[in-house]
Amino acid sequence: MNAFSLRRVGLALLAPAIAVVVSVIVTTIVIAAVGSSPGDFWSAMFSNPLPRIRVNVVNQTAMIYTSAVAAAIGFRMGLFNIGLEGQYLMASFAAASFAGAAYVGGFLNVGLSLLIAIAVGAAWAGIAGILRTTRGVSEVISTIMLNAIALTLVGYLVDRYGVHEGNTVRTTKIAAGDMVKGFTPYQARDGQVWALAIIAVLVGVGFWVLLNKTRFGFDLRASGQSESAALASGVNPKRMILVSMMLSGGVAGLIWMPALFGSAGSYGTSFQFGLGFLGIAVALLGRNSPIGMLFGAVLFAYLSAQSNTLTFSTDISPSIVQITQGVAVLAVVISYEVVRRWRARLEQRVVSRELAGAMGATA
Amino acid sequence: MSTTTKTPATPSLLERLTKGWFYLALLGIAVVSLVRIVTDTNDLDSAGTIRAAIIATCPILMAALGGLWAERAGVVNIGLEGQMILGTWGAAFFTYHYGPWIGILGAALLGLIGGLMHAVATVTFGVDHIVSGVAINLIGAGAATYLAEAVFSDYNGGGPRQLVGLDPPTNITIPGISDWSLDLADKHWFFVSDIASVVAALTTRISSLSVVVFALVALSAFLLWRTSFGLRLRSCGENPQAAETLGVNVIRYKYIAVLISGALAGIGGGFLALVSSSGYSANQTGGRGYIGLAAMIFGNWRPSGLLAGALTFGYTDSLRLRDADAVHALLLLVALGLLVLAVLRLVRKQVEGAIVMGVAGAAILAWFLFTDSVPREFTVMTPYVTTLFVLALGAQRLRMPAADGKPYRKGSAG
Repeated sequence: MNAFSLRRVGLALLAPAIAVVVSVIVTTIVIAAVGSSPGDFWSAMFSNPLPRIRVNVVNQTAMIYTSAVAAAIGFRMGLFNIGLEGQYLMASFAAASFAGAAYVGGFLNVGLSLLIAIAVGAAWAGIAGILRTTRGVSEVISTIMLNAIALTLVGYLVDRYGVHEGNTVRTTKIAAGDMVKGFTPYQARDGQVWALAIIAVLVGVGFWVLLNKTRFGFDLRASGQSESAALASGVNPKRMILVSMMLSGGVAGLIWMPALFGSAGSYGTSFQFGLGFLGIAVALLGRNSPIGMLFGAVLFAYLSAQSNTLTFSTDISPSIVQITQGVAVLAVVISYEVVRRWRARLEQRVVSRELAGAMGATA
Repeated sequence: MSTTTKTPATPSLLERLTKGWFYLALLGIAVVSLVRIVTDTNDLDSAGTIRAAIIATCPILMAALGGLWAERAGVVNIGLEGQMILGTWGAAFFTYHYGPWIGILGAALLGLIGGLMHAVATVTFGVDHIVSGVAINLIGAGAATYLAEAVFSDYNGGGPRQLVGLDPPTNITIPGISDWSLDLADKHWFFVSDIASVVAALTTRISSLSVVVFALVALSAFLLWRTSFGLRLRSCGENPQAAETLGVNVIRYKYIAVLISGALAGIGGGFLALVSSSGYSANQTGGRGYIGLAAMIFGNWRPSGLLAGALTFGYTDSLRLRDADAVHALLLLVALGLLVLAVLRLVRKQVEGAIVMGVAGAAILAWFLFTDSVPREFTVMTPYVTTLFVLALGAQRLRMPAADGKPYRKGSAG
């Protein structure tokens, strides 16, 4: 029996291992195919990261991890919230506008801005939730549409009401006193680890507690695994869909907040797009588990940050890591499926052998 | 709109008059003509506008058709966007070396590779279709960016983010009809000039690739609905277990469908690179894969419907780049359309839908009357907002293939 559980652990780690191997192979092939040197690439990627990059990895990890938790809340409920991208865009714009207007000062401004980010993200996701519960519209399609609508809507609003500077436009800068900087682990020029990166930790812990220690979390997991079983045990599935969708959107609203208050100071050209889809990818990579997603977020943040060194030492463009990331996700979901099928067959064999043994003993 | 269902129990006078697409189209042209004259915006349906609309429609149409092939075989393909991006790169690369027609084949090939990834993940390994699609969009965007930076930088007219100066496929002009209809369109008569505009746009410098695109829609409709191959393919999307018991090789049909889906999306990307603009540029697709998906849903998973959807979205997309007054006039058109639909619903005693459409129509009418212009951003939003509305109001009447998006494993029947 002991050997069997050891095998189980091995099987659980097998899928990510296969995925890493596959994405390394594919990346190597792609680099070699266009005539660059894969050796240069890997030695650059595995070189000791510069202090500036280390700081960057921590900051990016925080944002990607928050995004992954937002995606995982939906996944655990059996909902596919592709709309993270639009939700954090709307929320970031709203929070930046509010904070920049400086209705209140100091920590109150920061706190209220964060609440607004949560509320706007939740509301934008809530549209998809309401469409799903009242009209039966798939949340996948509606959130794709809402992403595009958010993009143009924010573009319009910032253009209409923002501050124009040359070719660029942004919201009003947040007063220096209302920023939440961070601490400087190395030299000043290497940048700061943003204080609000702590949001990622809180969100991660909160997600774990919610899922494993609360009735709501139990209902959420139950509904995700079997809606009919959850219904039979007294869960209102429509309410669950709406609440978890809004919860997911609310967390998504916080994604960019560390950057806003840590360095950007306004919504504008410094806004980082794409964190929503990275979060979905990391949630898939980490199987929606708080720890697994942490590894995934660190991996993705490291790949993105470290790839910047490629421009100095090689002729390989940093965008190669986008392929690595995408392939890693596809490979990991495929290998989880393969391992799941394999394990099912293995268990079948074990059971049938035990049954055969028992029959033999009684005969 | 395209989703109106036909053959009610007792056909009313109104429905007998508006029966069939032909009469509906004539009615539409008459309404457009009326709006054009009332608002005095000839650009609303000038030959130039329609030409631009056709060019904007084609990529969306290809993505929508790609979506149709995959979903009719039961595979949801939201990787269309990624396959399209791969297509833009493929078109640019192969056109640079071998000319535009090989370029189109190259676009199809690159899209097909994206489709193959999706097929392997979803059909062979049973991965969730949406998950695989999201991953393919990441890979497609990353691969095109990387390959462009690695390959195009050394080309003539190339750079890390673009490759310009590519030969487009030839344009076709039909000499006599073209001039004659252009003259007629310039007279700005009621109805006649509007028809002439359409004829002029179709006979003057129309890209041969546009013709191919529309031919592919007709060919797909024929293959999927008029051949036994199509029946088998669609049976895999409706009930793969039943298809299997009848001896259909479900896995093979799903593979064929998803590969064609990817190739079509790739051609859509190729159209963007070769016809819509004069070369590859980064982020060229701008979410058109998703708009294609929307057009397909809007069109109720039917070729004629997705054609109507793609034309609607393509038209609004092209209007954005033209006269700002035309966009404003479009408001009146949309308001009238909504009010007509509201009346139709009322006739059919669907009070709830009638009220929603009536209110929306009145609101847009008020918007038209009390403003002088529309921010351009709002036309960009139109396809998405329309799709949300159609889904919200008509989700019960939309019918997707029964086994769409469901995993299938060989031997799972019985």
